[in-house]
Amino acid sequence: MLDFVSKFFKLERSKNVAKERLQLVLIHDRNDISPEILNSLKVEMIATIKKYLEIDEAGIEIELDRADRSVALVANIPLKNINRRTRGRSKRV
Amino acid sequence: MDCRIIVVTSGKGGVGKTTTTANLAASLAKDGHKVAAIDGDVGLRNLDVIMGLENRIVYTLVDVVEGTCRLNQALIKDKRIDNLFLIPTAQSRTKDSVSAEQMLALCAELRKDFDFVLIDSPAGIEAGFHNSAIGADEAIVIVTPEVSAVRDADRIIGLLESMEKAPIRLIINRIKPDMVTRGEMLDVQDVLDILAVDLLGIVPDDESIVTSANKGEPLVLGSTSKAAKAYSNIAKRVAGEEVPIMNLFSDSKGFFSWLFGKKK
Ligand SMILES: Nc1ncnc2c1ncn2[C@@H]1O[C@H](COP(=O)(O)OP(=O)(O)O)[C@@H](O)[C@H]1O
Ligand SMILES: [Mg+2]
Repeated sequence: MLDFVSKFFKLERSKNVAKERLQLVLIHDRNDISPEILNSLKVEMIATIKKYLEIDEAGIEIELDRADRSVALVANIPLKNINRRTRGRSKRV
Repeated sequence: MDCRIIVVTSGKGGVGKTTTTANLAASLAKDGHKVAAIDGDVGLRNLDVIMGLENRIVYTLVDVVEGTCRLNQALIKDKRIDNLFLIPTAQSRTKDSVSAEQMLALCAELRKDFDFVLIDSPAGIEAGFHNSAIGADEAIVIVTPEVSAVRDADRIIGLLESMEKAPIRLIINRIKPDMVTRGEMLDVQDVLDILAVDLLGIVPDDESIVTSANKGEPLVLGSTSKAAKAYSNIAKRVAGEEVPIMNLFSDSKGFFSWLFGKKK
């Protein structure tokens, strides 16, 4: 309603619209990561995590999540359901 | 004085890089500095016609870097303004005719002999832009108060930063004071808030730019327009003088509220 009133009275100058749109689009532009960089990030992350955990590499999802005013790096890394060997039979390496 | 090499760039095309290079080079030369303007837009030769030197081209930038001629054979001396020289580009060649190494070598050569070297950059963020900027110490980014131009300027500023150009300063071109007053055009403070770089100057949208381009006469050769004053101020600022940002409005009150942005 207020929005309508202000538009009606031409208080919503186009320069304000321009500024708001620019501020939003630049949040995205400035955080833009190319597919190549995202991919090498993925490869290195997998290598690091594999040292500590058994992961399901095929199920990994890494992406940029763009909400209105922020950008987040979201990673979904499923762990393997390990059927543990019977323990105590041989020395672990 | 040490030579300063400055790339004039923007990202978006048609915002005033060539106009600015021509007029800044002419103003700096008029103020007594020895200036070389280089047309870095290989394949789209433009700076020569804006400067009015198109009839005197024998050799081009590509000839120099390929060794077809000596550097001083390709430097066209302006007969109207002392100390002003142009290295035109080749029209019938492509952007990959000049390599980054060749550009660096040329800049090193020019450094020995000039106070200022201004390089007019092509639009875009590809190799042509990169090569025009590679040999420069500093950068002037041209932007118009429009969403697409500001967005592209932001991208270019990021690239120039990663190339370690400093300072990187902004010229806001084609400002229409009446539209700004009506709140229908981004004002200087809006653009500075968004881009977060230092302001080198502002230039109004002005018919004299068109007529001077028609005639091939840089504004400093006698125009009394606001744009002529704007460019002469900017040239002085480039050379290190402190000159206040010009008033594009008739009353100074309106100017200040415009410059510092009206609170909603
Ligand atoms: N301040 C200005 N006022 C009016 N016209 C302008 C102004 N600046 C540039 N122009 C016009 O805009 C067009 C593009 O300018 P140019 O300098 O060739 O841009 P670029 O080199 O960035 O592509 C030209 O026709 C020029 O005359
Ligand atoms: Mg141009």
